[in-house]
Amino acid sequence: MRIENASRRDFFKASAGLTLALYLPSALAAKRPAAVAPPLAPNAFVRIGTDDRVTVIAKHLEMGQGTYTGLSTLVAEELDAAWSQIHVEAAPADASRYNNLFFGPTQATGGSTSMANSFLQMRQAGATARAMLVSAAAELWQVKPATITIRQGIVMHAPSGRQARFGELVEAAAKLPVPTDIKLKEPKDFVFIGKHVPRKDSQAKINGSAIYTQDIHLPGMLTAVVAHPPRFGAKVKSFDATRAKAIKGVVDVIQIPTGVAVLGTNFWSAKKGRDALEVSWDETDAFRLSTSDITQQYKALLDQPGVTAKKVGAGETALKAATQQLTADYSLPYLAHATMEPMNCVIRLSDTHCEVWNGEQAQSTDQPKIAAALGLQPEQVTINMLYAGGSFGRRSNTQSDYPLEAAYIAKAIRKVGQPAVVKLVWTREDDMRAGYYRPKFMHRITAGLDTEGKLVAWQQRIVGQSILVGTALEGFIKDGIDMTSVEGAANLPYATANLDVELHTPVLGVPVLWWRSVGSTHAAFAIESFVDELAHAVKQDPITFRRQLLKEHPRHLGVIDLAMRASGWDKPLAPGKADEKRGRGFAVHESFNSYVANVAEVTVKPDGSFKIDRVVCAVDCGIAVNPDVVRAQMEGGIGFGLSAALHSEITLNEGRVEQSNFGDYPALRINEMPHIEVHIVPSAAPPTGVGEPGTPVVAPAVANALFSATGQRLRQLPFKLNAVEKST
Amino acid sequence: MLKLNINGQNRSLDVEPDTPLLWALRDELHLTGTKYGCGIAACGACTVLLNGAPARACVTPVSAVVGQRITTIEGLATTKTESKTAKAVQAAWEKLDVVQCGYCQSGQIMSAVALLATNPKPTDADIDAAMAGNICRCATYHRIRAAIHDASRTLT
Ligand code: FES
Ligand code: FES
Repeated sequence: MRIENASRRDFFKASAGLTLALYLPSALAAKRPAAVAPPLAPNAFVRIGTDDRVTVIAKHLEMGQGTYTGLSTLVAEELDAAWSQIHVEAAPADASRYNNLFFGPTQATGGSTSMANSFLQMRQAGATARAMLVSAAAELWQVKPATITIRQGIVMHAPSGRQARFGELVEAAAKLPVPTDIKLKEPKDFVFIGKHVPRKDSQAKINGSAIYTQDIHLPGMLTAVVAHPPRFGAKVKSFDATRAKAIKGVVDVIQIPTGVAVLGTNFWSAKKGRDALEVSWDETDAFRLSTSDITQQYKALLDQPGVTAKKVGAGETALKAATQQLTADYSLPYLAHATMEPMNCVIRLSDTHCEVWNGEQAQSTDQPKIAAALGLQPEQVTINMLYAGGSFGRRSNTQSDYPLEAAYIAKAIRKVGQPAVVKLVWTREDDMRAGYYRPKFMHRITAGLDTEGKLVAWQQRIVGQSILVGTALEGFIKDGIDMTSVEGAANLPYATANLDVELHTPVLGVPVLWWRSVGSTHAAFAIESFVDELAHAVKQDPITFRRQLLKEHPRHLGVIDLAMRASGWDKPLAPGKADEKRGRGFAVHESFNSYVANVAEVTVKPDGSFKIDRVVCAVDCGIAVNPDVVRAQMEGGIGFGLSAALHSEITLNEGRVEQSNFGDYPALRINEMPHIEVHIVPSAAPPTGVGEPGTPVVAPAVANALFSATGQRLRQLPFKLNAVEKST
Repeated sequence: MLKLNINGQNRSLDVEPDTPLLWALRDELHLTGTKYGCGIAACGACTVLLNGAPARACVTPVSAVVGQRITTIEGLATTKTESKTAKAVQAAWEKLDVVQCGYCQSGQIMSAVALLATNPKPTDADIDAAMAGNICRCATYHRIRAAIHDASRTLT
């Protein structure tokens, strides 16, 4: 069943539906540079110039996941272009042309859908251009189109030896009607898909020339640094800007809905001004709970029945009849995305137009919201989608928090007849404290096993805030269930005749958001740890135990078997030094229709410190369009998951976020990165996502490895391992 | 007016002396390849070379670097002293497609060049020690390690 994916797509459809009344496709957005000769532009995605340059217009945000390379691969494949002639350009905000086909009329990047939704669309775009080049050549050379071939950007007629570059044909091709009956290549003829191509964004990111929002400098631009309230829900009562304004370079201090903005001629003056600013806050409606209060509240909820998310069979009866019953609680903290580039946004606002520069992930959300805040129509807001220094879900916010903040600042400082140009910069501390966290979650799982160790019942109770409550997507909460809270659990793959999944959705004033692999980030940890506990309870090998419960799930089995083989699971793990303990753990999980299995190997020292030596990862993502990008996403997803497993935790003290920077919110560093091997299951199935599915599997795999090494069961993230007894 | 030697050129700057080198480079000279990630010397995104040694530009006031040789990512491949190592490192980075979002990578490359300049044949442990100050939230560490070894092979 594909509950979670179907529903996430529907959320986006709905969010667009809500904003559609305001939305008019922008004609302004189709700005194309005037060329001497009209280039060939048969559709919204491909443009070929007389200089042979093929421009791929990317509708998805490049935030590291490799989509610029992926989308280019699809076009190059069907166009038979040379890889070097392909250049990528970011699409403007225009959902009429650049919507995500899985999100209905919505233009957005997310849910690991970029490759999956573009797979046919971008190939068709390339194939259409190819057909027109072939027709133009056939006419020019007076030969049959079928006798023409294209290789590496050279159009050829072999019998006569004639050939032409794309650029020589585009003028003629552009005059032809755009064909509609396009045939795509057979997979056996692929020359780019499934092969290695270098990333399109490597060079610029290696020599420092890649432009992120943080790098934008415009004439007359001011930099804004904002004093945000110390607690969520607090407001500005009053402020004294005297000291701030005394700082050289500070130009203005203004109140905005989210705090007080200090504007300077550069970042440093604005930052010093912000630090000198005195604000008193109205904390009447502020959120004041501490993490310990929330934990207590969640623990109490674990003891009470929740709203039914899934009910199959009669779990209570089956549990009573079970030979063995196991229960365990799992706990996961709030997490910040902590993208390497803290949030920022540049806005240039004139009387009639707003231009935005942003690592733009959600055009159909941000464009109408910014327009409404400024009293403009959506088509008066153009958005430049720049490289994003990471997102992990952070930049796709239904509340458009930081772009709106930039818009309010621009609006406040604008003088009639003079454009306001402002770069909003959040410091790392602002970024970590301004909210939108992966929600804190607790899970309780109870299972019954019969005499043969078969799973007769599975009950899972989940407690955590909803990402959708209070947003434009709230309508997607059906019968009290936010599917993003229960994904991974409500569609539990393990065979059992009795399945109960219940949900508690406490409403708290802590802003929450999706975080790389969403519900699976907590569900996979709870489920995959618990399945390991069950396997140990019936004294079975954790993989053997899983395999017999996953007989109906061939793609799970596929990654399990590949990871098993590749890791040498059947051979004993090599022992460590005399005082060390070693262990190996396994986990498997499907998210966003991609299947990932991890084998983790650890070495534990007597003091409880440990090293993750190796992670073997198997992935089934359908056709691997760019195998090397798939590998990179698995490596990165594993590293990202390890940060959460080992270090990350946002905690609150009477409502104040206690962490502020990488000192108290550590990220994984190179010395902690295991050796990683990625293996891809060969597949002819349509491609599915790889940006997120690599993340949720590693924490349970490592927890299970640590259990195998030490006998300590870690049910809480981040891990806290006690000192272990010496091996004898 | 402060005079700084950046990428082999003398540049005059009209900034407050307490301004961190990072913001002088970025906001005044528009050398934006050097990134802001934390501002407290905890992430390495702002790494530049001072007389060939890695330094965190976010905590280095401009007044402290007058008269020193400052190299940023923009000048790395063309400055006399570092260019050979830099070219090897950048070529390895490209060959192995290390980058993902790329935001940390200028800093990673600066640290890698500084490492190889003093230790042309680093072990994994040497790499971990020299590179542990550079966070990559995309966790490209696996390839960073491989790329440094690759560059080392080219250089030795
Ligand atoms: S920005 Fe200087 S070390 Fe992070
Ligand atoms: S490549 Fe994204 S932070 Fe390193």
